[in-house]
Amino acid sequence: MSGLYRIAGKGRLTPAKTVAFSFDGKSYTGLEGDTLASALLANGVVLTARSFKYHRPRGTMTEGSEEPNSMVGVRRDTARQQPNVRATMQEIYDGFQAVSQNRWPSLSFDIGSINSLLSPLFVAGFYYKTFMWPRVAWEKIYEPKIRAAAGLGLSPTEQDPDHYANKFAYADVVVVGGGPAGLSAALAAAKQGVSVVVCDENAEFGGALLYENDVEIDGKSGYDWAKDIEAQLAAMDNVTILPRTTAFGYYAHNMIGLCERITDHLAVPDADSPRERLWQIRAKKVIIAQGAIERHLVFANNDRPGIMMASAARSYLNKYGVAVGSKIGVYTACDSAYAAAFDLKEAGVDIPVIVDSRTDVDPALLERARELGLTVQTGHSVIDTTGKLRISGIKVAKNGQMANTKYDVDALLISGGWTPSLHLYSQSRAKPVWDGDVKRFLPENPVQDQVSVGACAGTDDLSDVISDAQSAALAAAKSLGVKKPKKISSPKKVTSHYGHAGDHIGSSHGAGADDAVKAFVDYQHDVVANDIRLAVREGMRSIEHVKRFTTTGMATDQGKTSNLHGLAIAADGLGKEIPQVGLTTFRSPFTPVSFGTIVNHGAGDLFDPVRRTPMHDWAVAQGAVFEDVGQWKRGWYFPQAGEDMRASVNRECKTVRESAGVFDASTLGKIEVVGPDAAKFLDIIYTNAWSTLKVGRCRYGIMTHEDGFIFDDGVVGRLAEDRFHVTTTTGGAAGVLNHMEDYLQTEFPELDVWLTSVSEQWGVIAVQGPKARDIIAPLVEGIDLSTESMPHMSVREGTICGVPTRLFRMSFTGEMGYEINVPADYAQSVLEAVWTNAQKYGACAYGTEAMHVLRAEKGYIIVGQETDGSITPHDAGLSWAVSKKKTDFVGIRGLMRDDLIAEGRKQLVGLKTKDPKIVLEEGAQIVADPNQPIPMKMLGHVTSSYWSENCGHSIALAIVEGGRSKMGDALYVPMLDRTIEVEVVDTVFVDQDGGRLNG
Amino acid sequence: MANSIQALRNLPLDGRLAGGAGVSITPAEPMSRVSLRVKDKDVKAIGKALGVALPSKPKTSNMSGDRASAGRCALWIGPDEWLVLDGEGADIAGALAKTKAVISVVNISHRNTAILLEGQNAVDVLRAGCPQNLNDDVFPVGACSRTILGKAEVVIWRTDEQSYHVECWRSFSDYVFKFISQAAKGL
Repeated sequence: MSGLYRIAGKGRLTPAKTVAFSFDGKSYTGLEGDTLASALLANGVVLTARSFKYHRPRGTMTEGSEEPNSMVGVRRDTARQQPNVRATMQEIYDGFQAVSQNRWPSLSFDIGSINSLLSPLFVAGFYYKTFMWPRVAWEKIYEPKIRAAAGLGLSPTEQDPDHYANKFAYADVVVVGGGPAGLSAALAAAKQGVSVVVCDENAEFGGALLYENDVEIDGKSGYDWAKDIEAQLAAMDNVTILPRTTAFGYYAHNMIGLCERITDHLAVPDADSPRERLWQIRAKKVIIAQGAIERHLVFANNDRPGIMMASAARSYLNKYGVAVGSKIGVYTACDSAYAAAFDLKEAGVDIPVIVDSRTDVDPALLERARELGLTVQTGHSVIDTTGKLRISGIKVAKNGQMANTKYDVDALLISGGWTPSLHLYSQSRAKPVWDGDVKRFLPENPVQDQVSVGACAGTDDLSDVISDAQSAALAAAKSLGVKKPKKISSPKKVTSHYGHAGDHIGSSHGAGADDAVKAFVDYQHDVVANDIRLAVREGMRSIEHVKRFTTTGMATDQGKTSNLHGLAIAADGLGKEIPQVGLTTFRSPFTPVSFGTIVNHGAGDLFDPVRRTPMHDWAVAQGAVFEDVGQWKRGWYFPQAGEDMRASVNRECKTVRESAGVFDASTLGKIEVVGPDAAKFLDIIYTNAWSTLKVGRCRYGIMTHEDGFIFDDGVVGRLAEDRFHVTTTTGGAAGVLNHMEDYLQTEFPELDVWLTSVSEQWGVIAVQGPKARDIIAPLVEGIDLSTESMPHMSVREGTICGVPTRLFRMSFTGEMGYEINVPADYAQSVLEAVWTNAQKYGACAYGTEAMHVLRAEKGYIIVGQETDGSITPHDAGLSWAVSKKKTDFVGIRGLMRDDLIAEGRKQLVGLKTKDPKIVLEEGAQIVADPNQPIPMKMLGHVTSSYWSENCGHSIALAIVEGGRSKMGDALYVPMLDRTIEVEVVDTVFVDQDGGRLNG
Repeated sequence: MANSIQALRNLPLDGRLAGGAGVSITPAEPMSRVSLRVKDKDVKAIGKALGVALPSKPKTSNMSGDRASAGRCALWIGPDEWLVLDGEGADIAGALAKTKAVISVVNISHRNTAILLEGQNAVDVLRAGCPQNLNDDVFPVGACSRTILGKAEVVIWRTDEQSYHVECWRSFSDYVFKFISQAAKGL
């Protein structure tokens, strides 16, 4: 048995296909095709949640994505848990598990419901007013406490093991919604041969036809008619049908975001299948057929479990065969609720009373009610409800009076009429237009290439819905260039017995300004009518302010059921018309979208590319510890048995200066600059001169931006008159190429020169140290390595290990050294040969940490470490690299600015600690007098600091105001626990005359 | 000085294989590649010297042979930029050594590597990460484009109805291969 409230012969589910599921640990039986909401209702479980603020007992209100109450936690296994799933949208499967939220210790006994008793305290704006003072308490006390108490559901604690997919797509027509309008539009468009994507957030296409069993179209039931169209669409190659797919966002240039839920309804999903797929569709034409959402009525205690929208109850009956109660009252201001009452009555459910707040009701409805023996009270309202964990009764009074009659009920169906769903329309930046006659906002002013059809466009009559949708599709096809559109026939006979006329917006009788009752406007955020009135009294004039003050419409349901009521109550309080107060703008997403879907493939290994050099495996084999440098993995240090990082780096630094070291420099950016104007172009880009560089020689160059501040540096070799091999910093590679392209294309397009990144064409093996030449010589052919023939700062082309090389003689260590560039695929093999030779000389592999120490010993800067975007070449002691002859280069005017040539700028200096063992902290501030009062005058800061095994003492680089005039001075570095005395020294700590470079 | 050591080539995606329903994914064999920059006036002559005409229409390519892996292929990359491939590994720059035209030829044979996708779902694999329109009417056989796949820059080239050649930089190939492999799951 799949629930006591399941009515035999009703609904479309198969009674034999049962599934076992649990809610809050209790086991139940449902049917295949049930949602959690329908299965719980079938089992008589009406209490499903506690409200957000007051912890009031709540039950399912709707049968769709607008559900404000029934939010549950769904759990597949310990890692797969999702909070805030709407029970109305979640299909169950065998073994499905869900738990209620926002309650402790249990759903039926919830301590938090004390908030409801304290509700006079928790009025709108409570937080803003109460937690203002003292200011410091906000961060320390209020915010953490409020955060702990707020929020619905629990986040999963384990990493999500599922994967998520993405698809970029282009379609002629995207149809949002698979009800009668969407299906008609999709088929009419598809028949014209254009490509169509049609999606619906529900498991099944058909929209209202899935439960409006009074509809007949050309002799078929509405349901069969819809299934027939769906089948036709499915058979067409130019159509993509996406059920369980929510169009959650409408972005610029007709970009529609869809979330396709692929496995959430399956008991045993395919292990390879993504859980959800994000679709980013660029549509030439968008047809919005989102339908309309039934509103509730705003009256006292209108939130008890068992109160729900009339259409939802009808849907539970006609789709799932579930009666939402056994004694069901109806309270309506709209015709459509009668259909629900009639269907339930005909199914054998007791309907004690239909309360209609209108006095003027369609006589045909009253006649039908009479035939079924139903009591209808027109001109009456429900002024209160009773019951605790489920509604038990209603109090019905004549409009304007408080004297009332009580009816016992276990469910109450309500309807305040239908709100066209303008979410996507509004997201597309279009403004809703108020139609005073029908009291609806309508999507009449599209700003993108879109059209709304069906109920969301305010069309009630089904026959009109279908023909409007077909016309819109034909118009779309024509605008897409379909010359002779195929004729589309409209149904000849459409009958539906019950209309959607009648509505009520704002609070109902008994929930007026003078009534101290809880009449909920926004269920999900627990906003009552009086909260909105309070906001108006406190001075809010715009609906945008009312919304933020009361938080109405700001919950995850975005006020799908509540917005219009809130607006009407605010307008009433302000004494204005609704359009003067204005509708808030809807934002994406239409319904919440999981982070997994938004991130899709960009998780785990694919979060960001991990770049490895062509010699990475060699470094692994040498036991390297790697560090991340941007996306690159670089060998940081190469510890031998028993060594920690410091011991390893000390050994590497000593070995390089005593024998040699081998280093992977492949990550350096490399740009090949080719063309007759190559030198001229480099003259513009760099501060120094290149025209004078001879073929076969290299030069260290500095780049500044227009402001004159250093932004990159590197060595450039001239391979031919018209060909340069430029190197950049690892991190600057892409930026430098962009910078150069920018100047070439926009400022100097007349130059005959082209730029090509060759960063990854070449693997770079640096061999540095007195034995460097001995190590590489046996492997090199076609190049004379002698200093006379190939001095420091030169480049040659030849072969090494039989493959072509661009061999640079250059140094970032201060030692004689080479950088062997070989085509990347050969790099590892060449390195292995170099390494075999290197070991004969006792050379080491060294990493980036040793490289940093070695260059600091020589006072070589690292851009981004010694420089911070405010350091000129002069500040960095590199005036020699700024041409005095050139009349133009990028930064030349910046460097002439008064404050860039002023005395006393911060300048790069070396620091030696008085106690040689102390290694300064990088970033530490430097002062002249440690005894001055705080805040002290800070002269600069430490930019680089290391222990230098080669020097036998610590070394540091720093930028210090007027630093170069302070040589020999004592300065101080105040730290938390002590003050360190330092001496200002030259930036070069090793081999000051540079003799080793030329060895 | 003579040495007997001959360096060996290590291909970045050596031995990898992936696929899914309706798509196979394999690393391409090495090719020779150059980045070629030519001015308008020299396009014809350079094409002649290369043995394959340089296409001037955006997002198109030409082949000298009947398939991408044989002969020479020229892919339009930008208004004055072509990616020239030689499936047999021939010296492309050599063919242009004698030209008098002012051009830029830069060897990028090792900078780029390629991944081949084959099968009816190949295009859907690319759609997982490439925001460009890859529909038949916009991206027919022969179409090529420098674009992105996920977070990596790639050149996508449609070599046949159901065949795509995806070029990327060497160090991004691990990411691109993994991306394509994941996208091929659960199409």
